[in-house]
Amino acid sequence: MGAPGMIMYEEEFNQISAVLEKLVRDANSRMVFLVDKNGQLIAAAGETENMDTTSLASLTAGNIAATGGLAKLLGEKEFSILFHEGERDNLHINLIGQRVILVVIFDDRSTLGLVRLRVKKSSEELSQIFDRLMKKAEAEATGGQASPFAEITDEDIENLFRE
Amino acid sequence: MSFINYSSREINCKLVYYGPGLGGKTTNLQYIYEKTNPQARGKMISLATETERTLFFDFLPLSLGTIRGFRVRFHLYTVPGQVFYDASRKLILKGADGVVFVADSQEERTEANIESLENMYQHLKEHGYDPNKIPLVIQYNKRDLSNAAPVAELKKLLNPNGLQDFEAVATKGDGVFDTLKAVAKLVLQELKSGT
Repeated sequence: MGAPGMIMYEEEFNQISAVLEKLVRDANSRMVFLVDKNGQLIAAAGETENMDTTSLASLTAGNIAATGGLAKLLGEKEFSILFHEGERDNLHINLIGQRVILVVIFDDRSTLGLVRLRVKKSSEELSQIFDRLMKKAEAEATGGQASPFAEITDEDIENLFRE
Repeated sequence: MSFINYSSREINCKLVYYGPGLGGKTTNLQYIYEKTNPQARGKMISLATETERTLFFDFLPLSLGTIRGFRVRFHLYTVPGQVFYDASRKLILKGADGVVFVADSQEERTEANIESLENMYQHLKEHGYDPNKIPLVIQYNKRDLSNAAPVAELKKLLNPNGLQDFEAVATKGDGVFDTLKAVAKLVLQELKSGT
């Protein structure tokens, strides 16, 4: 198989959520998302009630993938920051440790400079959390900790398609 | 690359529909979208040209239900089939947990099918997959057309290893859900075996 799947535990999820919530406040932003490079939403904070977060995650990952392709064409390793300016809302997107994507949506209550400054600090914290998370997942895999799916039966799978 | 979230008790998997241009990949997703309970699906996104050819990808999130308390969600993607969108195609394939190859049954598309299949195997290898191990099913689409090649011939050309395969008419929905179920099951079995 290709890259192994990502696993998120409660403890790290709470730490990540706390970092995102702090970033929303510190950057005066509307909302913040964390997305994996394959387009799965990991966590979100801020005014997310009316936002289609699933679509946002998949489009962001597509955007990063396309930009990564462009970078390679130009001989760059990556373009680690993307910025989209709108009439009302702006989008700041950055890659963290080649693994996850941090998206900040902000309006005129904030500025690009402030967002960049706060994102830098949060990215470091998130990067550390993900390092720990990867180590934990590895340790559990090698330590014989079975995945919750090791015990599913063919019948469980069949049942999913029965209705 | 599956994503298991213990916190929200969710498991997310990525399925990619691959195949030659105008073969019916987007039509497969459209049919699934139309026939799925609105509560079980998200918005379908199509990044297409003005003439409705897929430019980057189509995306459809589906929720299948729960297994052992975990909500099982599949993210369905199509690649752009046209030959010159190769770079985009490769990007979309990355991180796939399962693949559906949608072949166009028409005689005159034989070469396009083979070319696309080889292109898919090549990209899978470049992404570090063992193409013989990734959950993969084949769909022979457009079976209703008068110029459709015999299934036996398509099998010989496109499925020499005897993977699960399905005849389909995606515009009417024939075979669409059978294909989806088959690949989803393979992905879940793969998760179960923990590889």
